[in-house]
Amino acid sequence: MRFAILQFPASNCDQDCLHAVRVAGAQGRFVWHKETSLGDVDAVVVPGGFSYGDYLRCGAIARFSPVMQAVKRFADDGGLVLGICNGFQILCEAGLLPGALIRNRDLRFHCEQVFLKTVNPATPFTSALPKDRPSLMPIAHGEGCYFADAETLAGLQSRGQILWQYCDASGATTESANPNGSLLNIAGIANERFNVAGLMPHPDRAAESVLGSEDGLRVFEGMIAALGARRAVA
Amino acid sequence: MKAKIIITPKKAVLDPQGKTVQNALEHMGHAGVTGVHVGKYLEIDLAPGTDKAAATQALDDAARRFLSNPVIEDYRLEIVD
Repeated sequence: MRFAILQFPASNCDQDCLHAVRVAGAQGRFVWHKETSLGDVDAVVVPGGFSYGDYLRCGAIARFSPVMQAVKRFADDGGLVLGICNGFQILCEAGLLPGALIRNRDLRFHCEQVFLKTVNPATPFTSALPKDRPSLMPIAHGEGCYFADAETLAGLQSRGQILWQYCDASGATTESANPNGSLLNIAGIANERFNVAGLMPHPDRAAESVLGSEDGLRVFEGMIAALGARRAVA
Repeated sequence: MKAKIIITPKKAVLDPQGKTVQNALEHMGHAGVTGVHVGKYLEIDLAPGTDKAAATQALDDAARRFLSNPVIEDYRLEIVD
C-alpha cells in the first residue's frame, strides 16, 4: 500500500508520518503542496505542524494549496484521508470535515499524553485499536478545541462520526480528562462516508514502544487492512 | 482606497481570550464590563481607481471563503476612500 504524505511550508510531522507508515508495513511518498496530482496512492496523510505559520487561522492558507484539490477529488472518489493535528485543522478549513478547531480553552499549549476512547470502532481508522482499554497518544497543540454548532454535533453523534473522545485511564469522558475544552470531549471525527478522518492527537508519535505507546500504529494498520480488504473484492 | 474588515468570534463560540481580558479589566478596577470579545482587524490596500462596487463584491467573497471561518466567526466589511 502506498501513502501520500503532504508537505506544506512549515509542516513538521511529515517525516514522522512517513516513518510510522513504514513501520506499519506500507510505502510512503511525500507530496509537495504545489503538486496538482497525488500520484498512484492508496491513502493520504495530512501531517501535523504549523503550516504557513498558523497565520490568519491554523490551516486557513494551506487549504487553498493546489494539492488540496487533488485531495478533495481523491476523497470524493472514496480514498482514505487522515489528518493529524494541523492536518485535522486543514481538513476542517477545507470543508472535508465539519466543524473547526479553536484556541485551547485554558489558552495554553498542551504537550502531554492523553487517553482516548474509541467511540466508533467500525472504521478503517479505528478498527485495529485496542477494544478493551483506552488508547494512549500524545498531543501537542495550542488550537485543538473542537467546535461545531449544536445541529452539527447532534448529527456527528447520531451518525457515529465521532471516532475518538478524550477520556481518563478508565475510559470515562470527564471534563478533567479534556485537555483543550473540545465540545463533547471530541478528539477526532470522520466524515459521513467514513473515508476522511481527523484527530488532534498524534498516532505518528505513538507508533513504536520506545515512544511510550504503539496505539498510534494501529490507526495506520487499520487503514492498511481496510485497503487490503478493498483490493480483495475489487 | 482601502477595505476594512472586522472579524469577531461568533457568540456561540467560547472566547477564553475575551474572558481573560475581561477578568484583567475587572482586576484593574473597571466596573460595569459585562463582556469582552477579541477579534481581528484587517486592512487591505486597494489601487487608486479601483471600482468600489466590484471590490466590495470580491472582498465580501474573500471574507466569507478565506479571511474568516463562518463556522466560528462573523465579519463586517467596509470600503473607504
